[in-house]
Amino acid sequence: MPDLRIIFPEYALGIHLPSLVPYIALFGTIGFILMILPGLIWIERVVIALMQDRSGPNRVGPRGLLQSTADVVKLFFKEDTMPQSADIRIYYLAPFLTVFCAFAAGAVLPLQTLTFRLVDSSFKTVPVTVGDVNIGLLYILAVSSLQVYGVVLAGWSSNNKYSLLGGLRGSAQLISYELSMGLSLLCVVTLAGTCQLNKIVDAQNGLPFGIPYTGVWWQVPLKGSIFSWFWLGTLLVPVCIYTIAMIAETNRAPFDLPEAESELIAGFHTEYSSMKFAMFFTGEYVSMLIVSGLNAAMFWGGSLPPLNIPPLTWIPGFMWFIIKIMGGIFFFTWLRASFPRLRYDALMNLGWKRMLPLGLVWVFLMAVWGLFRPAPASSDNIPAEPVTASQTTVQQVAPPVEAKSLASRQR
Amino acid sequence: MATVLFWILALVSVIASISMVTTKNPVRSALFLVVTFLCVAVFYVILSAQFIAAVQIIVYAGAIMVLFLFVIMLLNLGTPQALVERGSLQPAFAVVLGISFAVTLVMSGSFVTLPAVAAQPEVYEPLGTVRGIGINLFDPKQPWLFPFEATSILLLIAVVGAIVMAKRKV
Amino acid sequence: MITTQHFLVLSAILFTTGVIGVLVKRNPIVIFMCIELMLNAANLSFVALGRHFGQVNGQMYVIFALAVAAAEVSIGLGIIVAIFRAKETINIDEMNLMKF
Repeated sequence: MPDLRIIFPEYALGIHLPSLVPYIALFGTIGFILMILPGLIWIERVVIALMQDRSGPNRVGPRGLLQSTADVVKLFFKEDTMPQSADIRIYYLAPFLTVFCAFAAGAVLPLQTLTFRLVDSSFKTVPVTVGDVNIGLLYILAVSSLQVYGVVLAGWSSNNKYSLLGGLRGSAQLISYELSMGLSLLCVVTLAGTCQLNKIVDAQNGLPFGIPYTGVWWQVPLKGSIFSWFWLGTLLVPVCIYTIAMIAETNRAPFDLPEAESELIAGFHTEYSSMKFAMFFTGEYVSMLIVSGLNAAMFWGGSLPPLNIPPLTWIPGFMWFIIKIMGGIFFFTWLRASFPRLRYDALMNLGWKRMLPLGLVWVFLMAVWGLFRPAPASSDNIPAEPVTASQTTVQQVAPPVEAKSLASRQR
Repeated sequence: MATVLFWILALVSVIASISMVTTKNPVRSALFLVVTFLCVAVFYVILSAQFIAAVQIIVYAGAIMVLFLFVIMLLNLGTPQALVERGSLQPAFAVVLGISFAVTLVMSGSFVTLPAVAAQPEVYEPLGTVRGIGINLFDPKQPWLFPFEATSILLLIAVVGAIVMAKRKV
Repeated sequence: MITTQHFLVLSAILFTTGVIGVLVKRNPIVIFMCIELMLNAANLSFVALGRHFGQVNGQMYVIFALAVAAAEVSIGLGIIVAIFRAKETINIDEMNLMKF
């Protein structure tokens, strides 16, 4: 089968192209997020309207497409009120913090990979990521764990009992569900053997359950297909845990207790209006995109096509990634239209008594499976270097040397 | 780049930690402490300890400080009357003692010559990766395996203890 | 160029700030925060020294310090909440029941 990937030269017009990739990713990510945001709100309204059998937005523009624009204009010109007894600096800080953390988490999402032909006519694959760091997954977890401050500080600084209750609920909820989220992601890390997101995507580019790839005819369409992604590779439970936890992490229905409008008016952002409210709104939608992106990269194969057969493989990887993110957004909306809000104690029960023990058991299971399964399926070029006895002894004696030699052995 | 970053963040972290002590409002104290923690996380990255940096943010900034904020908000100690410092000599004594302590520490830090070692590379990436740390942590030839297991028991005790403490009647 | 000494001095300053905070403050929650700051300063010097010798062992101590800090905070805040329920105050000067 001809390889239809576009191969870029290393130099064009005297510019070293591979070093431009992070900037392309930066502009691509931010541009995509900013462009899709009004669309997301429109999609959500239309989908919910479809599910509830009503018309939805249909007045502003064709099919109500300009509704979001009208909303933004309205928010922009709305009076910016502020409670008199608010803690002013923290009150101003909270929405900025929310938006900043939401955007910052997008820095390590692997959009796709580009192949370059170097001047010595060898090939080099460069992931399109803003920062291709080796702790990518931990980075996302760290930044999204900072997101709770926006909720907590908004709730506290407004000096309003509903806001305070919303903030308290938010902090407890986010801390509780972060644990299950981390455990479910740990299952994937156990199988992939790395925290680098583009390598995790790469680890799904094999056969289901790590069967060694020999190039037999029936293996070709299955390679990197939907069956070899980690939603199946981790046996379905982690992806369920992650999906529930990601909805709780973004404070969406049915876990929108921090802003439960029927109990707490609007929860932590009761006292916010105008653009500051818009920033909370933006932060929520951006973090929806980010957690869906993480879901796509960790469990749903990132930029891989669902089957390794021509019409699907011709679509570039970032399109698949965006399609998977949009699937996540649709799922968010679907849940919002379907489920009533959980009670607070039910939320805590689910987090601590169901998902956390299940996650722990599953990590244990995955660790045992990781011991006995065939060698991890990685990219096309798996040089299964045997580790000689002399190497291992040298590594165990001197830790710094060991770290260095490990790096050179890393695939 | 690292030098400039170090000086800026050193200044920020010192100012934030002093503000944490001087401010009366516990929530602001907590926020200043978070700023210090984030600065320390960046220092870890400068020191090629990426895993520790991420864990620092996840555990300290993301969990421990949120717990602090949660308790502060739960007890609602925004402007507590009972906690106003009484005008005593204690702060003055504390500052004098603290400064002498600082001078001692700084002297020992800056004048003790560290044993000379072979020059380390500017960026030593494998030092702090998840892989490097994990292999060192679980290496039976290293002394970390038993403390690691003991830590798990410590955490279990802490969980049980916190629940016992928080429940009115067990 | 930043040497290991820079990090050690910085960690000394942070540690001292924590010490002063523990001595000055009346609010046990803030005292706890100061203890966290001291732990962090110690961690920083551990990592800096480990980096100086090109060893990963300095970072091991930090991992254990993190675990201990997490355990300490959960228990300590539990104690503070329990005291607040019993006495309706958390001023550390008024916690003198065990004074002889």
